[in-house]
Amino acid sequence: MKDDYKKYVEDRAKRSPWLLNTLKAFCVGGLICCVGRAITDLYVQFGAELKTAQTLSTVTLIFLAGLITGIGWFSAMGKFAGAGTLVPITGFANAIASPAIENKTEGLIYGTCAKMFVIAGPVIVFGTLASSVYGVIYYIVEKVM
Amino acid sequence: MLIEYLKVFLVGGIICAIAQVFIDRTAMTGARILVSFVVAGVILTGIGVYQKVVDFGTSGATVPIVGFGYTLATATKEAVDKDGLLGALTGGLTGTAAGITAAVVFAFMWSLVFKSKQK
Repeated sequence: MKDDYKKYVEDRAKRSPWLLNTLKAFCVGGLICCVGRAITDLYVQFGAELKTAQTLSTVTLIFLAGLITGIGWFSAMGKFAGAGTLVPITGFANAIASPAIENKTEGLIYGTCAKMFVIAGPVIVFGTLASSVYGVIYYIVEKVM
Repeated sequence: MLIEYLKVFLVGGIICAIAQVFIDRTAMTGARILVSFVVAGVILTGIGVYQKVVDFGTSGATVPIVGFGYTLATATKEAVDKDGLLGALTGGLTGTAAGITAAVVFAFMWSLVFKSKQK
């Protein structure tokens, strides 16, 4: 029984149209990056410096992704685009906003605030860990050697 | 102008496509993808590869979560140049402060505005 099920799952996995999924992720992901670039260009038009404009653009995308999550459209978009919405910064914003909204009923502390970091936590932990290790290596290579 | 956007689309699209192949062809979940891509961003920036991708693809390289790793690494490098070894501890989160704070503050705000859909 268990083996049958395993075989069934493997069969399904094999038949899943991964090429089509990849194409969808490519198009949606590329499009979101273009939106990010357009927002950056817009802020530059308004007189912001490029670096500031890029940061503002990231913040804007995070704001919009949270809004779309709240309205309830993000999961539908994610089902269609897969990594196309997950990998851009919108996916990170959704990973924080979605559990924050969904776990409201468990209370402010253990629901909203704790569950916010279910996925973002590991991302931030590994990110800061990697950057600290890199900082030490860079220091040794550049300043000591 | 149009060619610039084409480059953004191409680079951003390819990064997302790679992630999709990982999701479909291996058992990697979304969270693992995010974590691996951030770490990959730090490593690729550290060895000097990712700066070239950013120069070519601008937002196409910085909007994906790999760009989060890129920001972590470049900010760490700047901080080490300025403050020495202490920079290894201060740089990363300083560089990404706007993104992380925005994600937390807005998520909190949206959680007050919206009701859960499932319950």
